[in-house]
Amino acid sequence: MNHDSYSDSYIAGILRDCRTIAMVGASANWNRPSFFAMKYLQGKGYRVIPVNPGQAGNEILGETVYAGLKDIPVPVDMVDCFRKAEAIPAICADAIDIGARVLWMQLGVRNMDAARQAEAAGLKVVMDRCPKIEYGRLSGELGWIGVNRGILSAKKRPLL
Amino acid sequence: MTEKKPDFATLAVHAGSSPDPVTGARVTPIYQTTSYVFDDADHAAQLFNLQTFGNIYTRLTNPTTAVLEERIATLEGGRAGVACASGHAAQLIAFHALMEEGDEFIASTRLYGGSITQFGQTFAKMGWKVIWADPDDPENFRRAMTDRVKAVFIEGLANPGGVVTDIEAIADIAHEHHVPLIVDNTLATPYLCNPLQWGADIVIHSATKFIGGHGNSMGGIIIDGGRFDWSADDRYPTLSAPNPSYHGLRFHETFGDFGFAMACRALGLRDLGPALSPFNAFLILTGSETLPLRMEKHCANALKVAEFLRQDERVAWVSYAGLTDSPYYGLAQKYLPRGAGSIFTFGLKGGYEAGTELVARVNLFSHLANIGDVRSLIIHPASTTHRQLSEEQQIAAGAGPDVIRLSIGIEGADDLIADLDQAMG
Repeated sequence: MNHDSYSDSYIAGILRDCRTIAMVGASANWNRPSFFAMKYLQGKGYRVIPVNPGQAGNEILGETVYAGLKDIPVPVDMVDCFRKAEAIPAICADAIDIGARVLWMQLGVRNMDAARQAEAAGLKVVMDRCPKIEYGRLSGELGWIGVNRGILSAKKRPLL
Repeated sequence: MTEKKPDFATLAVHAGSSPDPVTGARVTPIYQTTSYVFDDADHAAQLFNLQTFGNIYTRLTNPTTAVLEERIATLEGGRAGVACASGHAAQLIAFHALMEEGDEFIASTRLYGGSITQFGQTFAKMGWKVIWADPDDPENFRRAMTDRVKAVFIEGLANPGGVVTDIEAIADIAHEHHVPLIVDNTLATPYLCNPLQWGADIVIHSATKFIGGHGNSMGGIIIDGGRFDWSADDRYPTLSAPNPSYHGLRFHETFGDFGFAMACRALGLRDLGPALSPFNAFLILTGSETLPLRMEKHCANALKVAEFLRQDERVAWVSYAGLTDSPYYGLAQKYLPRGAGSIFTFGLKGGYEAGTELVARVNLFSHLANIGDVRSLIIHPASTTHRQLSEEQQIAAGAGPDVIRLSIGIEGADDLIADLDQAMG
């Protein structure tokens, strides 16, 4: 698996298949990227479950916050990590344990060891990307702000 | 999983412009609107906080303009584009994101005269100090470095013509000092040269020139290469520090590799205001579709005209980097293998007098202050485009008193040669 360049179909497949996302490191502060990424993804129909030990028991954007992935009482499709690279191995182990199908690390976050471990357990892995930006890229919205989406298409319907 | 990169000509036609998802319109519509309705108050607030994607006001974004931005970003191999009302506006907006009052930047002496004036005089009023460096020796940029330098600015293929700057060598020097290299790529266009590929971090265009190509619309664009680490230290606070006008949002952290482009848009366009008109964006976008075809013809014509002039006994000298005896021929082979552009200079043995007579006598060449048009253009830079400079600056910029600048169009080369031949008397 080449983690320097993902095909559009790989990312689109993940964003199409997953419906429930556990967001580790979700912030309760309305002006932090994790908060508004969560809000954006909710707006696109995803259920996003926040994970943050400091906020456990509180609510963020209408969802109960859990201390860890293993505390979440419903099945999780994707684990989205708003945490630094050193924190990823522990999150990865929990993601495997709870049966998540995708381990996703945010912009600026890469951990090759964790990626290999997750892939060995059958998970798909994305590193150094943001699901909000990728959703915007594949749905066409990112083009509204002049970003090069890397997509050429003469079709009316976008990829997402 | 890497797929073959599409050909430049394919990108020039398709990048950024899929059919309209609602109407099916194949050509990008002209969204001639100032503003856009919100779904509700919460949606409006999210847009104003840059927390979701969408349009608020055409000063910031416009769906027609956005297609042009994505198109040129793609052609340059960059991450994102920000269109502006002119190339000069693009320079202002780009520096606004990088510079604080009291900061310095190093710029090549071989620039369009308007840029020399903008940097040396108008930027100085904002407390941004330019330090000039002759690019013929890239080491001049190293010697000019100071702790306050925040950027290096060059033209790859320099106006008024014939000079090629060693982009890679200067990029290396800039990066040794952890500052970004900005390249004005107007004369080369992304078809002839992609400065990002040679280490540049930001590319600027006057889209008024070849990209639009038909001399009908002003426009500029900034391309964010997406590679510079703005948060490595605290020297780029506009990009790395919490922004008070967005409740503490950090542009680089939030938008990653297009953080610079977003700061240009959400701060520069918002507060300084030079948005591109959607109609101009449409015309420039249409022009961009034929950029590769036009550049081939521009370059082929220019080489023929330059070779004619070089052999003519009335001509004292020709400065075109596509001629094998040009001192810049080697650099042109490296950076401009598909052609050395179509803007160059020459001088007549009769000097200033003979030059002004030539400008008066040509019939097909239009005497005007623009370049990069399908029509061939002629001008005497010292009395026009480089008029604001001292004679010393004019000579340093390659625009001395005897210099005639040509911008060769896409007419028949033989007709252009015949016109110059008769006009030289």
